Amino acid sequence: MPRWAMVIDLDKCVACQGCSIACRQENNTPAVGPDQAAMGRALRWNDVVPLPLNAEEVSEISGEHATATVRYLTRPCMHCDNPPCIKVCPVQATYVDEEGLVRQDYNRCIGCRFCTVACPYGVRYFNWEEPPWSPELARHINPDYVSENGSLEGPAVRPKGVVEKCTFCIHRLQKARQQAETEGREFRAEDYRPACVETCTAQARFFGDMEDPNSTVSYLARSTRAFRILEEVGTHPKVIYLREG
Amino acid sequence: MLKVEAQDRETLMEPLFRAGSGFYALALLLLAVIGWGGFVYLRQITDGLGVTGMQRPAYWGVYMVNFVFFIGISHAGTLISAILRVTQAEWRRPITRIAEAITVVALIVGTLQILFDIGRPDRFLFVFVYGRLQSPLLWDAVSVTTYFLGSLTYFYLPLIPDMALLRDNLPTSAPPWRLQLYRLLALGWRGNRTQWLRLERVIAAMAVIIIPIAVSVHTIISWILATTVQPGWHSTVFGPYFVVGAIFSGIGALFIAMTIMRSVFHLEAYITEKQYRYLSYLLTTMTVIWFYFTYTEHLILAAGQQEAEFPVLASKLWGRYAPGFWFMVGLMVIAFWVLVLPGLSPERWRRVRVFQPRFALASAVSAAIAVTLAFLPQAQPVTAGTGMVSGRTVLLMVAIVFAIGTGISVLPWLKRHIVASTVIASVCVVVGMWLERWTIIVPTMTHPRLIAWAGYKPTSTEWALTVASFALFAFLFLILFKLFPPVSVWEIAEGRVVDEAQAQLEVPLPESSTPVRRGWGIARR
Repeated sequence: MPRWAMVIDLDKCVACQGCSIACRQENNTPAVGPDQAAMGRALRWNDVVPLPLNAEEVSEISGEHATATVRYLTRPCMHCDNPPCIKVCPVQATYVDEEGLVRQDYNRCIGCRFCTVACPYGVRYFNWEEPPWSPELARHINPDYVSENGSLEGPAVRPKGVVEKCTFCIHRLQKARQQAETEGREFRAEDYRPACVETCTAQARFFGDMEDPNSTVSYLARSTRAFRILEEVGTHPKVIYLREG
Repeated sequence: MLKVEAQDRETLMEPLFRAGSGFYALALLLLAVIGWGGFVYLRQITDGLGVTGMQRPAYWGVYMVNFVFFIGISHAGTLISAILRVTQAEWRRPITRIAEAITVVALIVGTLQILFDIGRPDRFLFVFVYGRLQSPLLWDAVSVTTYFLGSLTYFYLPLIPDMALLRDNLPTSAPPWRLQLYRLLALGWRGNRTQWLRLERVIAAMAVIIIPIAVSVHTIISWILATTVQPGWHSTVFGPYFVVGAIFSGIGALFIAMTIMRSVFHLEAYITEKQYRYLSYLLTTMTVIWFYFTYTEHLILAAGQQEAEFPVLASKLWGRYAPGFWFMVGLMVIAFWVLVLPGLSPERWRRVRVFQPRFALASAVSAAIAVTLAFLPQAQPVTAGTGMVSGRTVLLMVAIVFAIGTGISVLPWLKRHIVASTVIASVCVVVGMWLERWTIIVPTMTHPRLIAWAGYKPTSTEWALTVASFALFAFLFLILFKLFPPVSVWEIAEGRVVDEAQAQLEVPLPESSTPVRRGWGIARR
C-alpha cells in the first residue's frame, strides 16, 4: 500500500504561483471576487505566502539593500499522518484513507468549521456563499469527480456551506489506476502526479510513494535539508520541505 | 381534592389566569423581535454564511460566543438548585422553580446557536447518524442532550404536585384547555403517602445525578476549544475555568430573573432578603474563583512567551481586543465591589454627608465625562507638565479616581438595598461573562499560526440573531410562567411545616453565656 507524499524544494521555488493556478483549474476552486477576497474568503487550496507571515512590520523584504532577502512558502494541504482536523469532525466527513490521503466528503460535511479551526496550517476553506461560476468560467469546469458509496469528493463543484481542501488531486490517482487497468499493466507510483507537481516551473515539487525506499520523495526526505512545518504540534505532515541554501 | 392556602392561591396561582395589556404588549414585542430574527435567519440560509462577518481565519464568531454563553447561563438553574437540595438548604424553596426554568430555556436557546452557526443545518442530524466518537462536538451533542432531558425531568418532577393543586383549585374563569393540561401533567397525583415517598426519592436521585452531568457539559464545551492546538486555547485549565464561569454567569442570570419575577408577581413575601443575601455569598465566592482562574490563565501565557501564544495575549491586553477585555475586568471588579464592600462599610457612614447617592451620581457623571474626553479624537495630543504623560493617561487616572469615589459614596445606599446591589452585580457579571466568552474565542481565532491575522467584526445579521435569541429567551420564560406557578407551591407549604416544627423545638441554652477568655492557655474569668 503506497503512502503518498510531496517534497517541495524551497531552494528551487521561484514563487511564480503556477502551482496555485494549476490547482485552481484542476480542482474547480471558484473565484470569489475582489470584495470577498478582501474579507479573507478566497479559496486557495494551494497558496503562496510570504514569510514571516505576521511580522511586526508587514514587509515581504527583509534586510538592507545588499543583503535583502524575500522568502515565500508554497503551501498545499500537509496530508498529516496524525491530522488534527479529522479527529474533531463530528460526522466523519474528513478522514485519512489507507494510502495516507486526508479526504473530504462534500456530501457529508455539515459545515460546522471545527476542522478549519483545528487545522494549525490553515489549509481548509469554507464555502461562505454559493460558489460563483460566471458563464465563461463555467465552460471550463473540470468534469472529474470522485464518488464512493454516495460521497462526493475531488474537483466536483461544491455546494455552499461545506468545507473543502487540497486532495493531492485524488481524481488523478483514480484515473491513473483505471488507465493502468485498461492497458493491462501494473499501476506504478509514477503514473500519479498532482497538477501542481506537473506544472511546477522550477521543478521544485516532487511527488511519490514514501513506502518505497528508492522513490525520489523517500530519497529527498532523508536529506539534511528536509524539514516539516510546525513539527512541534505533532501532526506528522507528509509534505516535506527542503530548506534554502 | 388537594387544598391550597389562600395566600398561595392569591399570589402564585391566580396571576396565571390573568393577562393584562402589559403581558400582550410584551409578548407581541418579543414576537416581533423573534420574527425579525427568523427572517434574518432565512436570509442567511438562502445566501449562505457569507452574510455574517466570519471569514478566514475567524471561522467562528458571535454564534459560538452566544452558544457558550447560553449554555453557561443554563448552569444557574439545575446545578444550583440541585446543590441546594442535596445540602438541604431550607432557603432554596422559593427560587428553585425559577432556577430550573432558566436551565431549560437557556439550553433551548443555546442549542439554536449551533443551528445558526453551521453551514448545512439540513444535515444537523448527521451528528447522530454518522457521529465520530473522537470529536468533541459529538461529546458535546451527547452531553447537552443528556443535560436537556435531565433538567427537563428535574424541572417537571417538582411540578407534579403543583399541577395537581392547579387541577383541583382551578378558577372558574379558566379556559377548559387549562384543566386538561394540568390534569395531563399531574399524572393522576392524589398526594397520598406512597406518591410522596416516590416523588421525594426520585427528586433526591435526580438532584445527585444532575450535578455531574452539568459539570460535564461545560467542561466538554471548553474541550471543543482546548482539544485543538490553537494558540491560547490548548490549556488544561479550561475545563474548570469554564465550569466556574458557567455557574458564575448562571447565578447572575438567576438574580436578574428572580428579581423580575419578584416584582411582576409581587413575591416579596416568598423571595425575601434572605434569599438575596445567601445567594450573594455564592456569587461572591464565584467572583473570587473566576478572578483566580482568569489570572492563572493569563499569567501562564504571559510567562511562557510562546511565539504563537503571546500575540493572542497581547491583542487582549493592549491590542485590538483590549477594550473588551478591560471592560470585562472592570465589570467584574464592580461586581466584587458591590457584593463585598457594602458589608464591610461601618454603619455610621450613613451619617456622613458625602456618602449619599447624589454625590455618587455626580462622581459617576464626572468619571464618564473624563472617559469621554480621554477617547475623543484630539487635534493635538495634550501632554501634562512632565511631557512624559499624555493627556489621555491623566484623564483616565482622573476617571479612575472619580469611579472609586462613586464606589465609596454609594456604599451605605448599597448596604440598605440588598436587592438593588445584587442586581447591579448580576448585570455586571452576565455582561462580563458574555465578554469573557468573546475574549476567549475571537482573539485566538484571529491570531492563528499560519494564516495572516485579520480582524473580526460581526454584521447586522449576527447582531439581529443575538438580539432575537435573547428575545426568545424572554418569550419562553414569559410563556412558561403563564402556565406554571413561579414558585413551587407545595415546597413552600412543606417549608412552613418544617419552620413550625423547628419553632417548637426547645434549644438547650449553652452552659455559660459569658465567653471564656483565654490568655496563654489559662482561662480567665
